[in-house]
Amino acid sequence: MIDFIWIIPLLPLAGAAVNGLLGKRLPKAVISLVACGTSGMAFLIAIGAVMDLLGRAPDERHILRTFYTWIASGDFVARAEFLLDPLSAVMLLVVTGVGFVIHIYSIGYMHAENGYYRFFAYMNLFLFSMLILILSGNFLLMFVGWEGVGLCSYLLIGYYFEKRSAGDAGKKAFIVNRIGDVGFVLGIFLIFATFNSLDFAEVFRQIATETHRFPVESGVGILTAIGLLLFVGATGKSAQLPLYVWLPDAMEGPTPVSALIHAATMVTAGVYMVVRCSPIFSRAPIALAVVAAIGIVTALFAATIGLVQSDIKRVLAYSTVSQLGYMFAAAGVGAFSAGIFHLMTHAFFKALLFLGAGSVIHALGGEQDLTRMGGMRKYIPVTHATMFTAALAISGIFPLAGFFSKDEILWSAWAHGHPIVWLVGLITAGMTAFYMFRLMFLAFHGQERFSDEARHHLHESPPSMTMPLILLAVLSIVGGLVGLPAWLNLGSNRFFKFMEPSLALAYQPEHEELSHGLELGFAGISVLVAIIGIWIAYGIYVKRPQSAEALATRTKGLYRLLLRKYYVDELYDRVFVNPTVTGSRETLWKGIDMQIIDGTVNGVGRAIMASAGLLKGVQNGHVRSYAAWIFLGAVAVLFGLLMLR
Amino acid sequence: MDIVHYLILSALLFIIGAVGVIFKRNVISIFLCIELMLNAVNLSFVAFSSFLSQVHGQVFVFFVMVVAAAEAAVGLAITIVLQRNRGTLSVDDADIMKW
Repeated sequence: MIDFIWIIPLLPLAGAAVNGLLGKRLPKAVISLVACGTSGMAFLIAIGAVMDLLGRAPDERHILRTFYTWIASGDFVARAEFLLDPLSAVMLLVVTGVGFVIHIYSIGYMHAENGYYRFFAYMNLFLFSMLILILSGNFLLMFVGWEGVGLCSYLLIGYYFEKRSAGDAGKKAFIVNRIGDVGFVLGIFLIFATFNSLDFAEVFRQIATETHRFPVESGVGILTAIGLLLFVGATGKSAQLPLYVWLPDAMEGPTPVSALIHAATMVTAGVYMVVRCSPIFSRAPIALAVVAAIGIVTALFAATIGLVQSDIKRVLAYSTVSQLGYMFAAAGVGAFSAGIFHLMTHAFFKALLFLGAGSVIHALGGEQDLTRMGGMRKYIPVTHATMFTAALAISGIFPLAGFFSKDEILWSAWAHGHPIVWLVGLITAGMTAFYMFRLMFLAFHGQERFSDEARHHLHESPPSMTMPLILLAVLSIVGGLVGLPAWLNLGSNRFFKFMEPSLALAYQPEHEELSHGLELGFAGISVLVAIIGIWIAYGIYVKRPQSAEALATRTKGLYRLLLRKYYVDELYDRVFVNPTVTGSRETLWKGIDMQIIDGTVNGVGRAIMASAGLLKGVQNGHVRSYAAWIFLGAVAVLFGLLMLR
Repeated sequence: MDIVHYLILSALLFIIGAVGVIFKRNVISIFLCIELMLNAVNLSFVAFSSFLSQVHGQVFVFFVMVVAAAEAAVGLAITIVLQRNRGTLSVDDADIMKW
């Protein structure tokens, strides 16, 4: 099966081609079949390939398949090659699996939308790009996928392009991502300048074997520079400070898009890239510290904003930013496997939360405001039950998926000697539990606050939507079991063991082995914090619903600050956007373009017209005058010839 | 007779033709003047041919006569069309092809 790995990305590409080119004329059933069939087939082949990988000895789990030489120019060679190792295997299963489930869900969710074929063509194109990104064996091909997913993200955020806000959100995502990409490209250039190669295998081999050239850097060296530049790219794609601003606005896209691209897969590409480059990052402590700091600060920052938002999808968007921060914090403290573990479990429960939110919105006929929901539990019981599972999972309640992955991150932070990261992570975990259950209670419990029009429309979603919810709920429950921590499993963590070959070239500093008892204690603390968060949410939003408003008025300044998202958008508008727009309009357009460039062009034209005005009198239409001129000219030429002789 | 006499006659005929082309208004007159200029040139060709005892000049005369015949055909056709469309034979009235 591993030899068919090239088919995995090509299937969605074929689906995108069929739906994109012919979709307008195809019936919806065929479009759905093509889109879901290709992604489902890709998922099956991916399972087969990963099974093959598992059949090999752990140190042979590094399979590189080269298909052809893409670019060859002097020293520089870039091949179209796919790398399957434990890291890409995990990503492969998450992307194709969650992708397939969300495709199924979209059949139900999008059934009444215009441009049904366009949606599925973009979704399939996204899957193709994402698979190129994660399977690529070198930085350049990875960059192709990286840009491809960015494009699809832009197209899908702006899916409702008749709406101005959707178009603006798409542009915002595109531009902010380009800022990050500049860093990524510079990082790739620096890698090529340093290693004379862009292949993962060759670059990491040089780093690992030529220790005199690439020692573990104590200050700022070449590896630190590369790491920081790559991380700039990651902050753009994975919505970290200071480039996170596009993700909340990206919620303008259809909900399945938010689930697939802006929660489960694309936004985790930055985490994947940092972990893929673990040999570089692990030898650059300063870069690693920056990753950890940005990650954990983003986690806290986004969680605080999420506490007060009233748009159901925006709460989830800030939650995503926050959880991505966790993943970076994990990578930053050197626990790369824990980051990927959280990436996987997060893909399950966050996709589920988004799809559940989509189901709620669908049931209410487009209502997204939490303050106009309430009491939905009895109307859409399946959605409620599955979302409740996901909320417990993301809060880190034992024994759901989120508990194991989040606990591994917090424990690694402590064990690797970063108590501040641990503490901030713990506080964030409490907030996560609070805002998730605030969302749950506001949407599903308490008074029914929706309009009569919405009540009339109220219905549980069709099976094509509830089946994916149930499937993801099961994964959210059992997903953590692949990585049972050492203190439970009477052996080492199986997920970490599986990941080891991918991280073998990373530099691993010595850590003091801490006792399992201590780890168990820390796990207890994080569960306790989560329960406190849920309890507070229960107290405020279920027990005494009036108290929420009272609390908001009592902490007016802070509440406003959070509600307005720390005024970051306003700040960016004032510092970057408005000067750019004004500068472009006043200087570039009205100054340089209209005055200098247009002035030059018009000036040349006017000069020619003026000089022509002097001479055009010669062409007066009188044949006799032309004859006279010819005669005079001939005489002049003859005269000249005689004189010059 | 010396060749100079032939050349002077040829030059006189040519100048008469050229002045006629410039100053005459009637298309037919201009046409005749052009023929006069061509035949002035023919005269000097023949004179040189005789003077240098070479046949080249006479060959050229045949070429000029052929071209003159073709030109006459085209020119007279244009003249007829001009008369039909604009009702005039004066070149000063046919002056719309200008800036």
